[in-house]
Order: sequence, then C-alpha cells, then structure tokens
Amino acid sequence: MKFSLGPSLFFWPKNDVEAYYQQALTSKADIIYLGETVCSKRRELRAKDWINLAKELASNSNKQIVLSTMTLLESPAEIQTLRRLCANGELLIEANDLSAVQMMHEQQLPFVAGPAINCYNIATLKVLIKQGMSRWVMPVELSGDWLKTLLQQAEQENIRKQFECEVFAWGYMPLAYSARCFTARSEDRPKDDCQYCCINYPQGRKMNSREGERVFILNGIQTMSGYQYNLVNEVPEMASIGVDIARISADSEQAFTMLDRFGKQLVQAEKYPLDGVEECNGYWHKIAGMSVA
Amino acid sequence: MELLCPAGNLPALKTAIDNGADAVYIGMKDDTNARHFAGLNFNDGKLAKAADYVHQHGKKLHVAINTFAHPGGEARWRTAVDNAVAIGCDALIIADLGILDYAATKYPDVERHVSVQASTTNLEAIKFFKNNFAVERVVLPRVLSVQQVRQLAKTSPVKLEVFAFGSLCIMSEGRCYLSSYMTGESPNTAGACSPAKYVRWQETDQGLESRLNNVLIDRYQPDENAGYPTLCKGRFEVDDNVYHALEEPTSLNTLELIPELVKMGIASVKIEGRQRSPAYVEQVAKTWRMALDRFAQSPEQYQVETAWMNTLANLSEGSQTTLGAYHRKWQ
Repeated sequence: MKFSLGPSLFFWPKNDVEAYYQQALTSKADIIYLGETVCSKRRELRAKDWINLAKELASNSNKQIVLSTMTLLESPAEIQTLRRLCANGELLIEANDLSAVQMMHEQQLPFVAGPAINCYNIATLKVLIKQGMSRWVMPVELSGDWLKTLLQQAEQENIRKQFECEVFAWGYMPLAYSARCFTARSEDRPKDDCQYCCINYPQGRKMNSREGERVFILNGIQTMSGYQYNLVNEVPEMASIGVDIARISADSEQAFTMLDRFGKQLVQAEKYPLDGVEECNGYWHKIAGMSVA
Repeated sequence: MELLCPAGNLPALKTAIDNGADAVYIGMKDDTNARHFAGLNFNDGKLAKAADYVHQHGKKLHVAINTFAHPGGEARWRTAVDNAVAIGCDALIIADLGILDYAATKYPDVERHVSVQASTTNLEAIKFFKNNFAVERVVLPRVLSVQQVRQLAKTSPVKLEVFAFGSLCIMSEGRCYLSSYMTGESPNTAGACSPAKYVRWQETDQGLESRLNNVLIDRYQPDENAGYPTLCKGRFEVDDNVYHALEEPTSLNTLELIPELVKMGIASVKIEGRQRSPAYVEQVAKTWRMALDRFAQSPEQYQVETAWMNTLANLSEGSQTTLGAYHRKWQ
C-alpha cells in the first residue's frame, strides 16, 4: 500500500504553500496532490503557478505529482482555468467534477476520479474506466464494508486491475460545497466582497453547536468535518481488502507526522486511541461520520 | 415553460394535475429516490394508477430514481427503472452514472433527465451527460446565479430545468454529506437529509431545543417559530457569534424570475416538496399556474401579485422566502 498527500483544502499565502511542498518532498508520501479544489477566487497561486510548482516538484523527486482541480465549477472562466490545467501536457490530473472527466476523455488521457465525483458502485466504476479513469478515490461518506463489497465485485468482473483504489484516511474531510461563502458570511460580508478572508483562517473557521460541540469547519464555500478523520488503526484492514493508496490530507505540518505513522502501521500495527473531541472514524465503520467506533 | 410539481402520494398527484401542473414527478417506495420518507411514495399498484391519472389528463409523469446504487443492491435501482418504464413514464430522473448507463442502454427511447443530485453546474459536465447517455434534460443545482443560468442556457446542448419554489438546499445537491456526517444517512446513500428518526425535541429551561442525533441544532425562545431541524438551518457558534452560520430557515421562491427564465428558454420550473401534503401542493401549483398563465397572456404587464407572495410565504420554512443563489448577493 502507498500513501499520498492530498491537496491542501485551505487558502494559504504563496510562500507558505511553496515551503509546505518543499517539506512534502522530504516526507514519506509516495504521491503528492496539489492545486486549488475549493474556490476560484483564491489566487495566491494561479493555474500556471500550480503547474510550474507541480512540474518543479516532479523533476526534483521520484514521487508521483498530481494536479488536483476544482470541485464546483460555475463560470466559463473557471472552465477555462480547468482546461489549462488539464492541458498541462505532463502531469496526471485529479478530476473533482465531471467537466474534468469530459476534458481528459477528449484528450484520451488517464485521470484520477477525486472524492467529489459520485462513484458509489461497480456500474459507475465501469463508466469512469471507459472514460480513462486510472485511479478512484472513494467518496468520504462510504464505509469499509461498502468498499470491500465493491472491490470484490471488481475482482469478479475482472476490472480490478484497471484502476487503483485510494481512500481518504486522515484529516478534515470535505463534506459539502455551496454557492455561498460561509467564511465571508461569518465576517458578515457578501462573497463578491470577500476580501479573500479565507487566508486569515489557515485551518478554516470552527463552527460549534451552542453547547460547544465542534460540528463543522467553514472553509469558504466548502463545509468540512469538525473533527479530523483518522483511519490510522484501519491501515492493516485497508491493506487486506485491497486499498492501494491511503490519503493524508494536507491540513498542516501534522500531515507529515501522520504519513510516518500510517506507514509504520504496515510494518508493525500499533493501536492509537482516538481523541473523541478532535478525531472521528465513523464513516469507515458505517455509523455517523463524526463518531468514533 | 413547463410547471413540474411534486407528489408523494396519489392524492397529491391528483391535486397537482387538477391545479395546473404540466407534469408531476414521483418516486418509488424505497431508497432509490431522494425523498425516502416513511409513508411516502408509490408502490407498484399506485405507480400504475399515477401514470393512468396523469396520462388521462394529457400531462406527463417523471420518475425520480436519484440516489446512488449500493454495491450488491444494484438490482433495486434497475428494477425501479424497469418498473417506471413499464407503466409508461415520460421521463426518468437519474443521478447515478451506472444507472444512467443502464437506462440509456436498455431503454434508449425513454427520455432521461439528469437529476439535480448529479451536481451538473457547467457546460462541460452537461456535455459529459449528453455524449455518454444522450440525456434530454439537465436539472440544475440551486447554486447558480441568474447570470450563470443565462450563460448556460445560451450554450447548453440539452434542455434545462431549474428549481422554482420550495425548501432551499444551499449546498450543491449530491455533493453534501453533512447529513451522513451527523447521522450516518445522507441523501446520496439513504435518500433523506436530516432523517426524522434522528430528530428529538425537548423543552428545557433555556427554551425548546431541537436535536439531530443528539447534536443541538437550535434552541428557541417562546416568541420564536420552531422549524424542522434540517442541520444546515440551525443556529451555531463561530467564535463568540451565535447565528445561522450556513442558512436561515427559508424557502426558495422565484415568481419574480418568470420573465427571465422564459426568455432564457428554460424548459421547466420545478416545485420542490414530494414530502409535503396535498394541501401544500394545491396551493403552490395553483399559484404558479396563475403566475405562468398571467405571464403568457401579457408578458409586458407581468407583475408578481402580493397575494401570490403571501400564499407562498405562508407555505414556506420560517414563513420567509428568498431568491437564493439566483441572486448574487445571497451568495
């Protein structure tokens, strides 16, 4: 099993992003995803900057570098940017919307189907494989059992070797996308005058219930899980059911520690008790996502 | 422009037709549709009756099969498609790529619409559905501004349907897992958001509390209207502020956009609410029929009547309505 560093979902200053990915080069990640997946107004790095950074990382390491693309695309300008990324000529693309699937298919190039593509079953896997999908990232809300059944079906139907399977295994989970910017709303601003305020919240804004229970994290137009998903104890199980890659989300530098820890689980599994007010693993165990099994 | 109304049972369906719907959409009595609520929807016998009633009146029946098939349970979704076709439905509303593929291959002549749950928000995604499944229509999620809908309508190779009235989903539909994060069940997997079985109401010293799977969604003072605890419409804390961090309890109402939508060439306006009563369907269908007819008779003079707005506001969450994402400022 390999480990990937997922795209950072937050909005960080350009220098911080560059420094972060220099550090990522020395991390245990086999695969690094990078790019803006949440909001097209985040322009600390523009499309060409992401492409250049990704190409530079690719030339300086043996890691596979993948360009991640936007999830909610509404305007022709956003589609144009997506087209530029998809036509980079070198790097693998993570498609997070069917528009990217369409573009990659037109170019007859392989792509990763990201976690925001609704692929829940074997029939959909087949559709995506036909389009050129080489790797599938499971939607975050699905369970280990769901995955196990699906991968068994893929074996039976002889298509399992046609794609890799990746699971979002650590970090704040992307849960929803809206036209509305909730970070701007939290500062009482309309989205058109957001003043790029996401940059002031490098870990998003915490949204609690009125009893102080952490519910969600506001990250621009994206709503994230309030707790960090943590499948560190499920690494051996993931490996045994045929997961090829476990994804560690680039929340912060903590991700690098987790890449170490997850990797060691394959050598000698250790039990890490989860912190119920910071962490969760419910989705994998078929219960409420925010719970700890 | 077609008026497409919801029906959760036969009486609601008849009411919709009798009050001016051009088409009605319904779902099966299982988790193959995104309103999988107890006591709602159509079994095989009712399905045939629904089709008969609609067709006797020269109207159209759309069947929503718009959740995502479970591994090992695919047969349920395929059977839903087979049964809908068997009773002569006029269109299938589908979200799952695998089920769309099945319908397109097995029933190429039955019209396919891309469900709102498929989160299709741009031209390239529309092309994907057109090229792969020869769909006739795409239902747009409630995340686009009027300007964006207009741009899409100009270039879309297939017809577009938009939401006109009803409960307001503020997330891109089909891409929202907030409900399963809190309860384990989401519209995509279980066909319901914030399912009723997880709802608890409790009177406390601090006021009436609503909870979803034990998470406090809202707390009401005696003078406040308590609403169903849809989790994105509660009051939460961000730092020291307590407010509707995601959205207020409110409904979408686009009566004032009718002239725009007609001009753009929108094929259909959809009323949300298969879970609502026949009385609700009656009021909404009647009001929208009046408005659409008024516009058709004299487009230049069209004006939204206060009475229509009041009728619809009374049927709305929190008795208030909004243009939602259609209006840029809402975003």
